[in-house]
Amino acid sequence: MSHTSPPSETLIKTKNLTKRFGRVLANDAINFKVKRGEIYALLGENGAGKSTLMNMLSGVYTPDEGEIRVHGKRVFFRSPEDSIRCGIGMIYQHFKLIEVMTALENIIIGHRENLFVTTPKIRRRVLEIARRYGLPLDPDKKVYDMSVGEKQTVEIMKVLYRGADILILDEPTAVLTPQEIKNLFAILRRMKEEGCGVIIITHKLHEVMEISDWVTVLRKGQNVGSVKTSETSYKQLADLMVGRSLDLSIEHVHIEEKTPVLEVRGLTLTDHEHVKKIDSVSFTLFSGEVLGVAGISGSGQKELCEALAGLYPVHAGKIFYKGENIVGLSSREIIDKGITMSFIPEDRLGMGLVASMDLTDNVILKDYYRSPGPFVDRKSAQEKTIKIIEDFNIQTPGPHHPVKLLSGGNIQKVLLGREIMSRPHLLITAYPTRGLDIASSYLIYDYINREKKKGTPILYVGEDLDVLLELCDRIMVLCDGKVTGVVDTDETTKETLGLLMAGETLESIERMNA
Amino acid sequence: MIQIVKKGETSKKKKILIHISALSFALLTASLFILIMGHSPLKVYLSMIQGAFGTSYRLSETIVKTIPLVITSLGIALAFRMKFWNIGAEGQIIMGAFGASWFALSYPHLPSWILLPLMALGGLIGGGLWALIPAFFRARFRTNETIFTLMLNYIALKWITYLQNGPWKDPGALGFPKIPNFHEHAVLPRLFGIHIGWLIALVLVALSALFINRTKKGYEIQVIGESENTARYAGINVPGTILTTIFLSGALCGLTGMIEASAINKTLSVEITGGVGYTAIITAWLANLKEPLIIVVSFLFAAMIQGSSYIQMAFQIPQSAAEILQGLILFFVLGSEFFIRYRIHIRRNPVKGVS
Repeated sequence: MSHTSPPSETLIKTKNLTKRFGRVLANDAINFKVKRGEIYALLGENGAGKSTLMNMLSGVYTPDEGEIRVHGKRVFFRSPEDSIRCGIGMIYQHFKLIEVMTALENIIIGHRENLFVTTPKIRRRVLEIARRYGLPLDPDKKVYDMSVGEKQTVEIMKVLYRGADILILDEPTAVLTPQEIKNLFAILRRMKEEGCGVIIITHKLHEVMEISDWVTVLRKGQNVGSVKTSETSYKQLADLMVGRSLDLSIEHVHIEEKTPVLEVRGLTLTDHEHVKKIDSVSFTLFSGEVLGVAGISGSGQKELCEALAGLYPVHAGKIFYKGENIVGLSSREIIDKGITMSFIPEDRLGMGLVASMDLTDNVILKDYYRSPGPFVDRKSAQEKTIKIIEDFNIQTPGPHHPVKLLSGGNIQKVLLGREIMSRPHLLITAYPTRGLDIASSYLIYDYINREKKKGTPILYVGEDLDVLLELCDRIMVLCDGKVTGVVDTDETTKETLGLLMAGETLESIERMNA
Repeated sequence: MIQIVKKGETSKKKKILIHISALSFALLTASLFILIMGHSPLKVYLSMIQGAFGTSYRLSETIVKTIPLVITSLGIALAFRMKFWNIGAEGQIIMGAFGASWFALSYPHLPSWILLPLMALGGLIGGGLWALIPAFFRARFRTNETIFTLMLNYIALKWITYLQNGPWKDPGALGFPKIPNFHEHAVLPRLFGIHIGWLIALVLVALSALFINRTKKGYEIQVIGESENTARYAGINVPGTILTTIFLSGALCGLTGMIEASAINKTLSVEITGGVGYTAIITAWLANLKEPLIIVVSFLFAAMIQGSSYIQMAFQIPQSAAEILQGLILFFVLGSEFFIRYRIHIRRNPVKGVS
């Protein structure tokens, strides 16, 4: 790592960088600059060209036109190897770590200098780097024992060990808890002080405002503006991103008349190793209500949703739907009662959609069996699909396009569209906006509110606390499978939610405040 | 430096082009081999074609070899659609033939119109039940079906060997271990000079295509093949569907056994399959599990087998040499699948980033 140059030195400079994929102009003459000791946020909707730009900087793609200069010298990257040699390290959203190896082994893999995998010298050097940047690192911990945050630390360490002084992070906060995000930001600030240049790709505006010094907004492959973070606002950034003025408030619908629809009493779920995933949880969901479920990922949200949909065996407790206990019913019997679940797992296509099938075959996934006779009724299914495409404004060449070829946002719209079109009596939705850009996210909040106005009770499992507070009527917080508190969104704060998520109870918080 | 990159979709035109060039390379390589043996490659190839299609008798022989390949491929494709790797077709054919033979040997004097349907039933049930064993363990205990189905092939084979040497041994064969020949009532009739199996195969192709593409069960099979979790989420009875599908898959293979025993061998023997159970895995896969293509691929395969057995006689080439030709063709065609799925990037002199 060279720190001989003056602090305000330009690390990366691109000039008219252009990349085409077939007829699609992914990056159109992008000019972009990264200076030492500053954090840059790269903002843009899905498909705006953020990843293309970063992939050119990290040597994955070769530009069609334009030039990249690193430390003032023009470079031609032919592989990621070339780019890291110039000090550019990319941290991908999906970690590329070997689960059965330790942190240290993962850090030096592919970069060892002699026959022995880990020498005391290498170990000292790794720990030295970790200390300098304030990275909490346990070199001997196996990756499979690590939390998501720890894995990310190893990824960062990997590129630092290879001498990177320019760090590119692709949506680093998407999978982190609020506490882990705080830690990550502390690390990034430390790097900035140490003279690194940091680029973070994101579409979470409040994070941009919190961490970055400069913001560059891409739209449709073009750089539509680079602004100083301290001189801009949420509104200006969102408008730049979308290209039109956007209403950034989530409507909060109040429904007066409420009757209990779903009553969960003492629900306990255990996995096959008899570990309690949900521990005597009780709650009531009313009609015309959005009940939020908050919690660190893995607190039992997934299991709770699956149990309600009849996909997870119930160990103890009862689930009453309109007075009837639905525990023990098959998932099809529960679907027939109008309880629908749209669960967006981390990879979007895992459950809920069949990747290689076309839109139409995905739309009929949950009601194909209702048509009379032994044959699948694809004719009426196609009409329904066309209606969903129109209603939800899905970008697709047609109803017979495979869903795996759609963009993430459109895939999610297909899933949610199918669930809402089935006129549900109870909507369970988990992470419906995960990985979506702003415009699509707000569209989905609108659809949820529209359902709410019809009186449909909605269980909304979310991760963005700001959204949960705005969208939901009440929020139930889970920690380790237990309910630590149910709060009214009108009467609570983000801090309280954070403490509940960490395992405090409402009583203990009150005592703290007293 | 060579880099291997996964391709997205490959266009139909390109796929055909890749397959054709693979075939050309195979023939080219085989030519060298034929030259070394002292024959003219062109002559050998022409007589291969002659051997497969040259006379109406040879053509009918090729069709007779196509029939078991088509029906077995259909059975295998059904299981493969669900990502159930049934490589036990060989055993299912044998057990189907066993079921059919039991009827043929037990009730030889029943009229054909009763005996043949009974034998077909015996074939369907024999193959179906044999496939049901690994399906049950997969559905119930998530065992790996690949090894399981493979091992059952050997058990089925040894079962016939036992019958041949023991309980079903033909007393009239002068001590030679063989099972008695079927009564003529137990032999499939002919239509246009070829046993009626060809008509059965064509009907089954149409039915299979209809089943997988149009019916609800077919849809469920495809969903399970993509993801069992998604299938559960959609309310599909996953273990139940696995059991029915694999029973059907095995039953189709079993029917092949019945046809071969009845129309070709006119008895049950250990050579009943002629390796069809394995060859059909290749044909099903090359046909991309699509029913109409299965006919085409199976026919070409049968032609290749028929043609190479002809050149054995015509050129006095040993059987092993003909098999080498077959192997070369297979090697190139299957190998070319790689180029359909992946692309190769060749980068010259990986220089340093700064220049």
